[in-house]
Amino acid sequence: MGAFVVAAALIVGFIAWRANDLLTNKVVETLEAEVIGLREQFQAGGAERLAAIVAQRSSQPGSSLYLLVDAAGRKVAGNLDRAPPGLEGSRQGGVFNYVRAGEEGHGAARHAVGVPLPVPGGLVLIVGRDIEDLHRFAGAMGQLGLWSIVLLGAVGIGAGLAISRSVLRRIEVVTETSRKIMAGDLSKRIPLHGSGDEFDRLSESLNAMLGRIEELMAALREVSDNIAHDLKTPLTRLRSRAEAALRNPDGPASYRDGLTKTIEEADELIKTFNSLLLIARLEAGAVAESIGPVDPALIIGDVAELYEPVAEEAGLRLEISVAKGLTLEANRELISQAVANLVDNAIKYSVDETMQGPAGDGASRGRIAISLARAGKAIEIAVADRGPGVAPQDRERALARFVRLEKSRSQPGSGLGLSLVAAVARLHGGSIRLEDNRPGLRAVLSLPASGAHAASAARATLSDASNWGQR
Amino acid sequence: MRVLVIEDDRETAQFLQRSLRESGHAADLAGDGDHGLVLARDGRYDVLIVDRMLPRRDGLSVVQALRAEGARTPVLILSALGEVDDRVKGLRAGGDDYLTKPYAYTELLARIEALARRPAPEEQATRYIVGDLSLDRLSHKVTRAGEPILLQPREFRLLEYLMKHTGQVVTRTMLLENVWDYHFDPQTNVIDVHISRLRGKIDKGFAKQLLHTVRGAGYMIRDGAD
Repeated sequence: MGAFVVAAALIVGFIAWRANDLLTNKVVETLEAEVIGLREQFQAGGAERLAAIVAQRSSQPGSSLYLLVDAAGRKVAGNLDRAPPGLEGSRQGGVFNYVRAGEEGHGAARHAVGVPLPVPGGLVLIVGRDIEDLHRFAGAMGQLGLWSIVLLGAVGIGAGLAISRSVLRRIEVVTETSRKIMAGDLSKRIPLHGSGDEFDRLSESLNAMLGRIEELMAALREVSDNIAHDLKTPLTRLRSRAEAALRNPDGPASYRDGLTKTIEEADELIKTFNSLLLIARLEAGAVAESIGPVDPALIIGDVAELYEPVAEEAGLRLEISVAKGLTLEANRELISQAVANLVDNAIKYSVDETMQGPAGDGASRGRIAISLARAGKAIEIAVADRGPGVAPQDRERALARFVRLEKSRSQPGSGLGLSLVAAVARLHGGSIRLEDNRPGLRAVLSLPASGAHAASAARATLSDASNWGQR
Repeated sequence: MRVLVIEDDRETAQFLQRSLRESGHAADLAGDGDHGLVLARDGRYDVLIVDRMLPRRDGLSVVQALRAEGARTPVLILSALGEVDDRVKGLRAGGDDYLTKPYAYTELLARIEALARRPAPEEQATRYIVGDLSLDRLSHKVTRAGEPILLQPREFRLLEYLMKHTGQVVTRTMLLENVWDYHFDPQTNVIDVHISRLRGKIDKGFAKQLLHTVRGAGYMIRDGAD
């Protein structure tokens, strides 16, 4: 603020000084011209002519100031009564105060600038010019400058205060919002100004961050709720198994059996917990360390190879169709697990269908198609089965934790398989979607392709699993 | 074999000590990292079981210190942290194997036995022989009673791993980790089917079965009667 006022004062001062200088120069030039003119008159007509001209000019209104005195100092002609004290005896010009002849007693003394001009014959001619107006102008300029500085200062201070107050108020809003959030209301957001300025952008990204936190918190709450509800069932089962074994009168043999079953039950619970923890950690965005370039075709090949005997045993055929030369920026382990979960699901539900479904058309029922293809900027891994599928209205829900759709209650599993796939997809910036395979389910894991390597994806169809199967 | 258990939870440590003794192994306990490091420096142990979270000095730093001193005693790291990155960190610190809590005792036993009898890299055999089954690691040829057996690459690696640990229990997770390089748990028991397929190729038609299922634990290749 101080710097602003100083700068303004400097500018105004400079302008005033320059203007004054310019005008003064102008006056001096006029005087010099006049003096030259009068000198010519004197040379042409002598002292009489000079005196006549001075007298004539003096009488004109608004004229310059003249005084012609003789050697004795008496006035010969002119509109000044006496030589201004400041100029007496001076050989150079200067500033003086004067009162016009015949106006004594009335007007106040005015400022003038004048030069003495010695004329041969003992005469002295003083030519001057009134600079009172100039003087006033300079004074007015000074005043104006002073006032502008005061005004500028006031406006500057005012504007500064207003701006900083508005900034402080907006910061205060952020502080207030964050206090409310800390108090427990995670749904609070910082109101936007709508101007799209830096503050709005800061608020926007803070809001986005809050949104993400709220999402994570909601997910966390959901997990703990689900743990409370859904883990009670297996825990109850485990407890009653142990209790029943203890009550059994058959003795050690039944204890052994009961304990074995209890351990099996506990192992299932541990698996469920591990999956839950993994999902939670994936959703918290951990595991970034072990992400690197991987070939999805290799991952699919390996998973298919792992599951091929299981599928074959269940009378199913795995058909793999992969595009080559694609690269993912991913964690191999997690993508493998996601694909394994999808294949696992597909096998489970296909088996269910081949067992219960009507005979005939066995070939198409017992087929699981695993494909890898590029779709725009994404790489899509699809696992399609001929099982019962998932109704459109249930698809969203099927991805949530612990949700096991009514039809699948009979199947073993924790209900975490698809939510783990969804979490893996999200961690990699992708998504999972469930589609109708007409009939059956087509689960599509869509992951962003890592740019550079994905250029030429030659499509190579590997007919069924024979490349890694037996025979 | 002599085992040192560095674990701060008394109950877990004593359970391990008792179980190891029942399995015919000697086990010493250390309750914190500093004490554990002092005992481990002794060098009398065949295997160290080190918990990751320890008072005074954490498990990874115990392992790092031992490795820095040139000790090559195999180390199994136990941890409640079982995520992808944690395992990598554990192995990078010098651990030889990593087991996530809670674990089955049979799993732990199988792993430390595999670790303790693990030959140094330079003395690994190029040919494994169990009874009349022979596997050549260089030519990738497998024969049973002199007859060649054709195996898929993965089946070969599966048999190779089992034969490398002849007479030892190999769990399903050990197979998944070492043969498939997966550290997750497939929901279906896919390994069992692979094993039964392998069994069909190496044991089918022979009076003497070499590939055995160990109930509640895993599999074992072994010559000789039960």
